[in-house]
Amino acid sequence: MAETKLREYTKEEIKEIRKTRTPIPEQDPVARGKNFDEVALGYTEEQALREANRCMACKKRDCVAGCPVEVPIPEFIELIRQGDFIGAARKIKEKNSLPAICGRVCPQENQCESLCTLGKKMEPVAIGRLERFVADYERMHGSGSGGEDVKPEPTGFKVAVVGSGPAGLTVASDLAKLGHEVTIFEALHKAGGVLVYGIPEFRLPKAIVQSEVEGIQKLGVKIELNSVVGKLYTVDELLERGFDAVFIGSGAGLPWFMGIPGENLNGVYSANEFLTRTNLMKAYLFPEYDTPIKRGKHVAIVGGGNVAMDAARTALRLGAEKVYLVYRRSMDELPARKEEVHHAIEEGIEFKLLTNPVEIIGEDGWVKGIKCVQMELGEPDESGRRRPIAVEGSEFVIDVDTVVMSIGTGSNPIIPESTPGLELNKRGYIVADENGATSKPGVFAGGDIVTGAATVILAAGAGRKAANAIHEYLMSKVKN
Amino acid sequence: MANKILEKRELRSDLFFFVVEAPEISKKAKAGQFVIVRPTENGERIPLSLADINPERGTISLIVQTIGVTSTKISTLNVGEEISDIAGPMGHPTPVKKYGRVVLVGGGFGAAPLYPIGRAMKEAGNTVISITGARTESLLVYEKELAEFSDKVLISTDDGSKGHKGVVTEVLKSEIEENGADLVIAVGPAIMMKFVSLTTKPYNVKTLVSLNPIMVDGTGMCGACRVSIGGKTMFGCTDGPDFDGHLVDWDLLMARQRTYLAEEKEAMEAYTCDCVPHS
Ligand SMILES: Cc1cc2nc3c(=O)[nH]c(=O)nc-3n(C[C@H](O)[C@H](O)[C@H](O)COP(=O)(O)OP(=O)(O)OC[C@H]3O[C@@H](n4cnc5c(N)ncnc54)[C@H](O)[C@@H]3O)c2cc1C
Ligand SMILES: Cc1cc2nc3c(=O)[nH]c(=O)nc-3n(C[C@H](O)[C@H](O)[C@H](O)COP(=O)(O)OP(=O)(O)OC[C@H]3O[C@@H](n4cnc5c(N)ncnc54)[C@H](O)[C@@H]3O)c2cc1C
Ligand code: SF4
Ligand code: FES
Repeated sequence: MAETKLREYTKEEIKEIRKTRTPIPEQDPVARGKNFDEVALGYTEEQALREANRCMACKKRDCVAGCPVEVPIPEFIELIRQGDFIGAARKIKEKNSLPAICGRVCPQENQCESLCTLGKKMEPVAIGRLERFVADYERMHGSGSGGEDVKPEPTGFKVAVVGSGPAGLTVASDLAKLGHEVTIFEALHKAGGVLVYGIPEFRLPKAIVQSEVEGIQKLGVKIELNSVVGKLYTVDELLERGFDAVFIGSGAGLPWFMGIPGENLNGVYSANEFLTRTNLMKAYLFPEYDTPIKRGKHVAIVGGGNVAMDAARTALRLGAEKVYLVYRRSMDELPARKEEVHHAIEEGIEFKLLTNPVEIIGEDGWVKGIKCVQMELGEPDESGRRRPIAVEGSEFVIDVDTVVMSIGTGSNPIIPESTPGLELNKRGYIVADENGATSKPGVFAGGDIVTGAATVILAAGAGRKAANAIHEYLMSKVKN
Repeated sequence: MANKILEKRELRSDLFFFVVEAPEISKKAKAGQFVIVRPTENGERIPLSLADINPERGTISLIVQTIGVTSTKISTLNVGEEISDIAGPMGHPTPVKKYGRVVLVGGGFGAAPLYPIGRAMKEAGNTVISITGARTESLLVYEKELAEFSDKVLISTDDGSKGHKGVVTEVLKSEIEENGADLVIAVGPAIMMKFVSLTTKPYNVKTLVSLNPIMVDGTGMCGACRVSIGGKTMFGCTDGPDFDGHLVDWDLLMARQRTYLAEEKEAMEAYTCDCVPHS
């Protein structure tokens, strides 16, 4: 265990430090706008200890209620306070197998931190930053004697997992720990799903995803890359080939477009293409890497979610002079994480709020501008948010050479087309119960392919529930 | 997981034929489908049609025309070496059934994907006519292969060094006028497929074209491959690659294929100057 010299905080000191959360060191906004290195640098041991000492170890554990997978938050923070950083990481892993990732990308301000008791009067405990700290600490200082190297008794059951995003990785690791033989089939040439192709390096270094993937391989999970289920093997063929159950975690990766004129002009990207070229294919290192990307000078990003923020900040780092974020509602409705909106503003992204594109204007086949209308907010719609309404006659054009459509994604048709008997909902997502069971016996599903585009932790949580259900399903097969 | 190269042939200075180990893909693939190939760790993902499928041997064949860095990199790989990643089969197979008279029109590497399609069409009981052309006789490829199953192979060369003097569409036109056709399948450069479609349109002959938009993932995830078919945006990789040639917005396809001309020139210069680390 870590031999950290603990700094003892006096009562007075604790009273004082409770008032403000410990800031996390970050790269300077101007400098980082030109590189792909991680923005937030992470806590030092001292900083983590200080922040951990802010926690009041409440009996009611409101923070835990806010966590979709119920990480034992006060308990792991207490272990930090005792200087047992590795123990703290293990404590989190009882509930969440991807802490280094979730510590970086979870919307904590809407989850655990939003319910933190301390937050009622002062700033909530920086739970996410502490989670990230212990996960990084564990990764860098080796797991040592964890006792978890004990191999489980093999059950003889084989499970196929489709997709290696957070849902697939979680299901695979949980099932492997229970002694099942697991193979992940991944369409791309790298495992990680959105974590590798979507979320940029400056927010989630790929080495961290890689290390999670390797951890899962060490448990004995096999990963077959370049394997598109539905094309190479169908779900039924996997069942016939000796897999006793199949988990589908194929995500919601089909890009949506607005259907406005000019959307197929050169220089119009879906966020998925823009981010995949940059992250997965490393176009930011072109021509050392072979995949090109248009490095726009004036770029408009359409949308307001995490994906839009990532695209905007990526465009900046690719060398844009001006990046506009075009969003049809106001700042209050932006669905992106607050921290990332804040980072984007710091870096100089210009927010064009209450603005909706109606046409992309071209010249010789290339984007030249984006025609927008001004919007105002009317009555709340079925989503509970005030409905944006176009202001008549308010058209104006923003001069841009690149447009990135980041208005959401849907369900990919490959698996539905090739899997008879799999019930889908109206929007094309797989219907599954809360444990991931689908209409097809032995076939489970979870993550974005069931819920529609959501979050890493919800996908991981769905993976965990499905793993338990699959385990039960397999073990009941023995009895019969 | 890499795929070993078992055979290599230079068909022409810019056209290379490979037989590659890919047992699982070969079991599953059908004529008209394609694979996504990433030759090396730093490489780009590019689509290549299946020029042949041999499930008994566990192999697929590919034909690569050297255009930019990626296709050039593949062309330098030799027997015994490996291609880093091959994913597939992607796209829908060409709908093979008995149509009657099927006319195949191939241009450039297009003759390659036509090979498994034509053979399957023959097996399905069709009369198969193949038309292939080039600027001059020495640039003609795949004539012998197409002859294996074709009832007739018609040739055109721009300079008249072999077959009809002129372009393939003239040969196609007289074939339709003389013998009729129930289906035309064209594979090749967009401009050629466009003119084939324009040629068959007045005769109302159903025309399938295999579109070649720029792709990245090939699984419907990125939208790079969008094409406009009868005014509707579709994805070349998951909705295609075959589409009704009479409904394709050819100008859009050709414009989008030019997206990276400047970058590709830069990449080629960097690749040939040896001043940028490559692998
Ligand atoms: C740019 C971006 C930023 C985001 N930022 C955040 C954030 O800050 N915080 C947060 O919590 N969430 C964020 N999200 C959302 C989050 O990443 C997703 O909700 C989560 O990744 C969903 O996980 P999943 O396992 O369901 O699917 P995915 O991560 O989408 O993984 C699915 C995998 O399945 C593979 N696959 C698909 N079809 C097949 C097939 N037929 N055969 C084999 N493999 C297949 C895909 O290639 C992919 O690797 C972001 C998403 C994007 C796109
Ligand atoms: C479904 C499908 C099947 C294909 N089958 C074959 C095949 O069997 N054999 C073969 O040699 N090629 C095939 N292609 C085309 C092949 O993918 C491109 O030639 C390849 O991407 C070029 O890569 P590169 O890096 O060498 O050249 P790049 O440097 O990427 O391209 C050089 C220039 O080629 C043009 N170009 C780029 N991509 C394409 C494309 N997809 N189609 C047409 N022109 C393009 C552009 O003008 C570009 O500027 C196919 C394409 C598709 C979509
Ligand atoms: S609610 Fe806040 S203060 Fe209370 S235990 Fe949880 S993190 Fe600590
Ligand atoms: S190549 Fe990405 S969607 Fe078709």
